[in-house]
Amino acid sequence: MASNSSGSSSDRQRIAQQRLRIIAGHLQRPEDGDSAVLSAECKGQVSKTDEEKTVPKRRQEIMKWNGWGYSDTKFLFNKKGQAEFTGKRYRLSGMIIPGLKDWMEGTFGANLQHKSPATPVLTSSAVQPPTINEAFVEEVKSTGIPFSHDAEDRVFRAHGHCLHEVFALREGKIGRVPDMVIWPNCHNDVVKIVELACKHNVCLMPFGGGTSVSSALECPPEETRSIVSLDTSQMNRILWIDEKNLTAHVEAGIVGQDLERLLNESGYCTGHEPDSMEFSSLGGWVATRASGMKKNIYGNIEDLVIHIKMVTPQGVIEKSCQGPRMSTGPDIHHFILGSEGTLGVVTEVTMKIRPMPEYQKYGSVVFPNFEQGVACLREVAKQRCAPASIRLMDNEQFKFGHALKPQVSSIFTSFLDGLKKLYITKFKGFDQDRLCVATLLFEGNREKVLQHEKQVYDIAAKFGGLAAGEDNGQRGYMLTFVIAYLRDLGMDYYVIGESFETSVPWDRVLDICRNVKARITRECKDRGVQFPPLSTCRVTQTYDAGACVYFYFAFNYRGLSEPVHVYEQVEHAAREEILANGGSLSHHHGVGKLRKEWMRDTVSSVGMGMLKSVKDYVDPQNIFGNRNLL
Amino acid sequence: MQRVCHRDPMLKKRDDFEDILEERRNSSDLRYALRCYTPVLYKEVTPCDSSMLKGMVLQSDQLHFVINQVSKETGRAADDLKDEASAILDEMAQCLQLSTVRFFAFVLSKVFKTLFRSIRVNEEGIQRLQQAIHEHPVVLLPSHRSYMDFLLMSYLLYTYDLALPVIAAGMDFMGMKFVGEMLRMSGAFFIRRSFGGDKVYWAVFSEYVRTMLKTGFAPVEFFLEGTRSRTSKSLTPKLGLLNIVMDPFLKGEVFDMNLVPVSISYERILEESLYARELLGVPKPKESTSGLFKARKVLSEDYGSIHVYFGQPVSIRSLAQGKVNRCQFNLEPRHIPRRSSEEIQSFVNDSAYRLVRAQEENMVLKPWVLLASLLLQNHHHQDHQRVAGAQRGRITLEDLTAQALWLRDLSREYGAFLHWPDHTPPSEVVSSSLSLHQGLVRICEGRVQLAVEQAEAEAGGIKEPQISVTPEEALLSQAVVILSCVSYRNQALHVFLRPALLASAIHTASSNCKQEVFNSFSFLRNMFSNEFILCPGDTVQDFEEACYLLMKTGALQVTQQEVVVTTSGQRTVAFLTNMLDPFLQGYQVVCRFLCEEASDNLTEKQFVPAVRKFIITLLLAGRLRYTEVLSSDLQKNALAALLRLGAVQKVKGVEQGTLKVNKVMVNSLEDTLGGKLPTQKAVAARL
Repeated sequence: MASNSSGSSSDRQRIAQQRLRIIAGHLQRPEDGDSAVLSAECKGQVSKTDEEKTVPKRRQEIMKWNGWGYSDTKFLFNKKGQAEFTGKRYRLSGMIIPGLKDWMEGTFGANLQHKSPATPVLTSSAVQPPTINEAFVEEVKSTGIPFSHDAEDRVFRAHGHCLHEVFALREGKIGRVPDMVIWPNCHNDVVKIVELACKHNVCLMPFGGGTSVSSALECPPEETRSIVSLDTSQMNRILWIDEKNLTAHVEAGIVGQDLERLLNESGYCTGHEPDSMEFSSLGGWVATRASGMKKNIYGNIEDLVIHIKMVTPQGVIEKSCQGPRMSTGPDIHHFILGSEGTLGVVTEVTMKIRPMPEYQKYGSVVFPNFEQGVACLREVAKQRCAPASIRLMDNEQFKFGHALKPQVSSIFTSFLDGLKKLYITKFKGFDQDRLCVATLLFEGNREKVLQHEKQVYDIAAKFGGLAAGEDNGQRGYMLTFVIAYLRDLGMDYYVIGESFETSVPWDRVLDICRNVKARITRECKDRGVQFPPLSTCRVTQTYDAGACVYFYFAFNYRGLSEPVHVYEQVEHAAREEILANGGSLSHHHGVGKLRKEWMRDTVSSVGMGMLKSVKDYVDPQNIFGNRNLL
Repeated sequence: MQRVCHRDPMLKKRDDFEDILEERRNSSDLRYALRCYTPVLYKEVTPCDSSMLKGMVLQSDQLHFVINQVSKETGRAADDLKDEASAILDEMAQCLQLSTVRFFAFVLSKVFKTLFRSIRVNEEGIQRLQQAIHEHPVVLLPSHRSYMDFLLMSYLLYTYDLALPVIAAGMDFMGMKFVGEMLRMSGAFFIRRSFGGDKVYWAVFSEYVRTMLKTGFAPVEFFLEGTRSRTSKSLTPKLGLLNIVMDPFLKGEVFDMNLVPVSISYERILEESLYARELLGVPKPKESTSGLFKARKVLSEDYGSIHVYFGQPVSIRSLAQGKVNRCQFNLEPRHIPRRSSEEIQSFVNDSAYRLVRAQEENMVLKPWVLLASLLLQNHHHQDHQRVAGAQRGRITLEDLTAQALWLRDLSREYGAFLHWPDHTPPSEVVSSSLSLHQGLVRICEGRVQLAVEQAEAEAGGIKEPQISVTPEEALLSQAVVILSCVSYRNQALHVFLRPALLASAIHTASSNCKQEVFNSFSFLRNMFSNEFILCPGDTVQDFEEACYLLMKTGALQVTQQEVVVTTSGQRTVAFLTNMLDPFLQGYQVVCRFLCEEASDNLTEKQFVPAVRKFIITLLLAGRLRYTEVLSSDLQKNALAALLRLGAVQKVKGVEQGTLKVNKVMVNSLEDTLGGKLPTQKAVAARL
């Protein structure tokens, strides 16, 4: 992540350079023949420069087929029994993590001797042969849009990253998968595909980044038609940037990291950074109402979109202008936002962009206990001075974060760490088993950042918070990206787990955290889990009227015959507990099929009826038949 | 929680008891009172003292809301109301002090050793309680038969090094100057008996209780029955406090809470004859310090032993599982008081009944309880047959012992928690039981009878036998003895209640048709639901339980269509019917009174004296068999049932609470109780 530079002179220099880059970009653009008429035409397949983009059509070339993320990146225990993070992509890559083994053994009762390895390769025979709609395939062929019936391609698009999905893959169990994958290159391709799908009664399931954790990508087993996975990954261009209005028009298949990188090249950013941004796509964000870590400055996806184009069986839905706000009846964007692929495919989005922040600074605060931490976050929200990101981890997560500290390079650093710990626990009297930490990220103009920082630390001090340094903060955010890899490591050693989230009014935050954690622990015990589970939470977003809470839950399943079933029962109970404590069904993960059963209670029967009638009008044939949401 | 299974009561597993007085008799009371006390606390306890608690209550959102609301409604200044709230809290709050508890520990050790042979406690229950206290906030729910109860509870918890409870006590104790303060310092907090619509009082009170629970300050103890049961029957539960303690769970402010029913059984109740007099209309003496000292006389008597059974902790969470949708609290700030939904009302009510039943089930029954039941039935039976004077109500010791053994076996089959010393010869068990209650029975020439004549003689005054006693006075003094015996018989009622209702239903039903018997059962159950602990809505379950028990003992044959009493079952069924008969008769008499005697502007207040007068007349004229019908408890319950059924209504007449009697309906209820009208008609009459 771009970091702070010291001294105002170099700042000025940097800004000047940035401007230059932007202008240069301006000048260059017309020369790029391909983009001159971009919005109307599809790019030719040959001219596509693949090395710039993260996601190839054959995802398996760079990503794991049965776990999270890049193939070259994973946690493992080396011969010495030390945890190591492989690859070169992350700050933690190539490092030894000495504390992880003890933490895993201590927290889960896991043991390096007890391995539960995954099936190494996908055997094509485990995949059912595709149900092919010949007429549809013939017509698709004539359009020249690339498609595939390859087993690997199909399996890759048959799942998201729910525990049960990944667990099944690791065991080599493959259920219903799409019968065909198709890669449109532009909006018009999508229009053609949807028309053909309607004509031949084919089921379409849009696929963006594949990071769903709501069973949204699971093929409905009862679906008898040919299922076509519509992979938007090749629709990944920024079509234009409008610097006067600070907007960018982007194809919806672009993944977060590409979008940010490309905009950064022009000196801009969207500031939308969901934890999955390496792999999740713009279209997916729109379809699930995504939320980014820095929403305090930039807003959530619904605040960021100006214009959306979606292809439905009834045709294309879009607004006629780009006015920043309209009073024209219910906002049609809100039929699209969160529609989870049930109504159509989002193809192009106009988004707000911002100049890249001049200055970024991480920070962290240690609180004597979680209660004080929550009180502080509430006050920060009340004063509306939340930094770009502010997150509060509970004690268990704090310890977890500590376990993930890479080997320190010098004795001096470890000596300093020792001193800090001594100061906090002995001098300040914090209880090691109660204290918790908030991580902060400030962004903007340097002077304002420093001012802002002071304001936040002053509030924190009122709640007994002690500043605990930039390092802790930065590490906290880095963990966001590596934690998903960690689940794969756990699964190698009989540990399964997952995260889930909710949003809840301020006055219930503490209650919901305590009760959900306690419920998880009790349910695990009742269901015969032999080891105490990890049941932990953090407050990840603040709002005027409430907060977003994120739970992690994992346990050692040795001795259980049906670990996934137990896992699902516990998660189900935890969700019931969330709802009983005034939490929402989801803050940003969406409903998918995993949480459908609670939709009616969540939005009322009338609400369900409204949603249904929209679906019935837009897609009477149920072409977009992933059966999410309703 | 373990759902109490009624299928086979014989299988009910209960813990063993340990006598705690034994150690007291062998070691120093002073050292005991001064010993190191380090109880296990709630794992998430918020450390605070009594004054911090008060601060938390006064600053609570709920109280602020109510004060502002009342201020708007009445125009009183909010500050004024705040002062009032503060004063209420001062009047209410406990200030638990270890030193006072130590003082009580010392004094009570002395007292208990004098009064009781033993105090037996199930130590496994104590261990469960300790665990429960550690895990979640705890509510202790002891049965209430004596003033002794809450001192005893605190004494036991101190003895076992458990967290001392804070106890909800009636305001009447506060009247006892010095004692009131002592009790306050040993953890009692005082609640006014009635505070009608006083919103501020309610807010302070409920917030105070909730705060103590949520912070894990101490286990909260209160009596579900609301007051001491004068009859030894469990009283139908009062829901106010239970509602309050359940609130933090329902609103998600605590993860769970443990409710611990505690059954305290006295072999002989200290207040025995006091209660009987009270039920007969001698007003209850106001609690006063001097009155307590006058009670010194009791110190010289033998009160047998006490059994205290700490029941299985009941998790509120498991109670509520599937019964309450907690989402109903999502749409309003939780500190705004609001009326409970019907769902919650019925949940709390249902839970309360289950808890009282849990108390009942673990009440220890002594052989005397069975003897009292037999002697009473014998008394009335022979009385009815007009046996010649001297023989009246007498039974030989051998007969009594034989009957007692029969009843012992029957009650065990029904799951009674009976403490019958199996290794002692039965005759010894019987005679030692009788000797402990020598005030109530008389043994003469190997024959046993209730000491009613003795009572008559005492009423007349032994010194002046020539001054004749009015028949009424004689009757009342007999009644004291009978009601005392009744209170022991009542201890066993819960064991026999369901089979007895079935037996009476068979008796009153016009045929053996199962449906008809069920209707009759259901009618009786409904009629008596103010009298006994009968969970609302459990009619079918109770019926099945009753059938099961009677079938198990071979007294009944139940087919798809019919319910038939077997020849060998006649004795059981007769015993059971006789057990319930006084209540049936009593309710009929109350009905008759309301139809025949009650004036148009009879008020609720005048009801008991008037009906008592009516009953005395009937008894003296020999037109009523059961003296125990004189119990005001029965009369009030009957009235409550009639009010509930709508046969009587409370209206604003000349005076508050005038009773308006629907004579047709009351009449038909009376006939149905007497078996003169089939149940269906009564139902129709009610509609």
